[in-house]
Amino acid sequence: MSALLELAGVSRSFGGLRALDRVSLDLAEGEIVGLIGPNGAGKTTLVNLVTGVHPVSAGEIRFGGRRISGLAPFRIARLGVARTFQVVQPFPRMSVLDNVAAGALFAAGTADIASARAAALDCLRFTGLEEVAGQAGATLSLAGRKRLELAKSLATRPRLLLLDEVNAGLNSTEIDGALRLIADIAARGITILLIEHLMKVVTRACSRIVVLHQGEIISDGPTASVMRDRKVVEAYLGSRYASDAQ
Amino acid sequence: MRRAALALAIVAAIVALAFVLDNYALRLATTVLMYVVLALSWNFIGGFAGYPSFATAAFFGLGAYGAGVLQHAGVEMVASWLCGGVLATLFALALGAAILHLRGHYFAIASLVVPDVLREIANVSTSLTGGGMGLNIAVFSTDMTLFTRVFYFAMLTVAVATLTASFAVDRSKLGFGLRCIQQNEDAATILGVNTVLYKVIAFALSGAFVGVAGGIYGSWVNYIDPADAFDVLISVKPIIMVLLGGAGTVLGPVVGAAVFLLFEEAVWRNFLTLHEGLLGAIVVLLVLFLPKGLTGYRAVLRGLVPARLRARS
Repeated sequence: MSALLELAGVSRSFGGLRALDRVSLDLAEGEIVGLIGPNGAGKTTLVNLVTGVHPVSAGEIRFGGRRISGLAPFRIARLGVARTFQVVQPFPRMSVLDNVAAGALFAAGTADIASARAAALDCLRFTGLEEVAGQAGATLSLAGRKRLELAKSLATRPRLLLLDEVNAGLNSTEIDGALRLIADIAARGITILLIEHLMKVVTRACSRIVVLHQGEIISDGPTASVMRDRKVVEAYLGSRYASDAQ
Repeated sequence: MRRAALALAIVAAIVALAFVLDNYALRLATTVLMYVVLALSWNFIGGFAGYPSFATAAFFGLGAYGAGVLQHAGVEMVASWLCGGVLATLFALALGAAILHLRGHYFAIASLVVPDVLREIANVSTSLTGGGMGLNIAVFSTDMTLFTRVFYFAMLTVAVATLTASFAVDRSKLGFGLRCIQQNEDAATILGVNTVLYKVIAFALSGAFVGVAGGIYGSWVNYIDPADAFDVLISVKPIIMVLLGGAGTVLGPVVGAAVFLLFEEAVWRNFLTLHEGLLGAIVVLLVLFLPKGLTGYRAVLRGLVPARLRARS
């Protein structure tokens, strides 16, 4: 069986800086994979390459067996790749409902605005935002706007969801809520790549972890074995996790 | 039913104006209609999509010169106006594809130089345009009353067409996508909006009707020269009208155009040396106190919810 998302020798340079260096990675349909690494490791760059925001400098990205590197971002979105932004990006003066309807209308290709709004309402129920459907996007709390990001990306009817630090800045109760939501999304059969700083979150949510360090993948495997990997411990996790693991 | 009756009454009143007003007042009314076309046109790109275009004068001048030159070549008057519109649309498509990847101030500056470049081209293409000497355009009738009425109805037709297009865009997928672009272009792209295509369509719409209006204007005043047809004020005035009325709404630009002409008549004539200073003062006051324009005044008065946070669904 071929993978849903395949990165083959993907590199990206910004001027003289190599942000990603020959990264190869396969995601199977239905997987929840955690992507971790220190600041500047290239996590967000990887998301930007998969979604077409930046072109790849070398290598190839395939989605569902089709080459997507080189396509415009809106085409990749229509094929079923959705993302949330690390810094939330609502349409500030549009209602929450229309924020979400945009994804249904343009990426999922609903017939008209009315059916896009109907589909958006489903996503709002799913993410628990139904009550604020009529409010402007900018009026939501940070936790609310993070949920709005999720609702918008779900409305595009994705097969693959790239979650870029959806939990950053949330308190532990809000994180518990977000994790339940991620589990519910995965239960719908959507493949998830979860980019995270919080180890607690990744180990709870993901069965497989990929570790980026200075633009290269230094470890990739089941959560438990990656957590014990000496290279990972040295590069990122620190001695506390190392002693826990032994 | 009541709305239909109201609309019918407004149409009847507008038609009746042509037979009630004297020639001077009817000329003013024609100018209002021309301003409505300019303001609604700028609203497609500047209001819906949020791209501050200064290219309106380029479309206007192209329409005026295109129609004028064609009439000299023997093309019938109304057909030449439509050709002026087609010329402006094609130019907008090409220009849009070239400069719409620029955002904010960069786009504004790129669009600002375009009328200047075209003015210089018109100035030096003496054999075609008459250069700085200008271009005389045949007077269609010497009956002043008939002449004035015909141009009133011609401008009215274009204004109604522009308004109809605005209503259609406002309710369509295109208008939805343009609002997404205006509020957050990166988010719009990632949600599947073909932002380049949508912006180019909005820019072409902002050129099409202005081109026709430019053609009509040339036949109306019977003489155009490069400094007049590509005047930077043709780009600036519609922006003020739209800000005055309410950007991104359909009726705001119409209200703004009418209020602007009243202002122009009342103040300009009395402060000839100061009017450009006053223009600047209006812009500053608008941005400070009426960011949503006159059509947003209720929210401002209510003061409970900041105007910029109110949802538009």
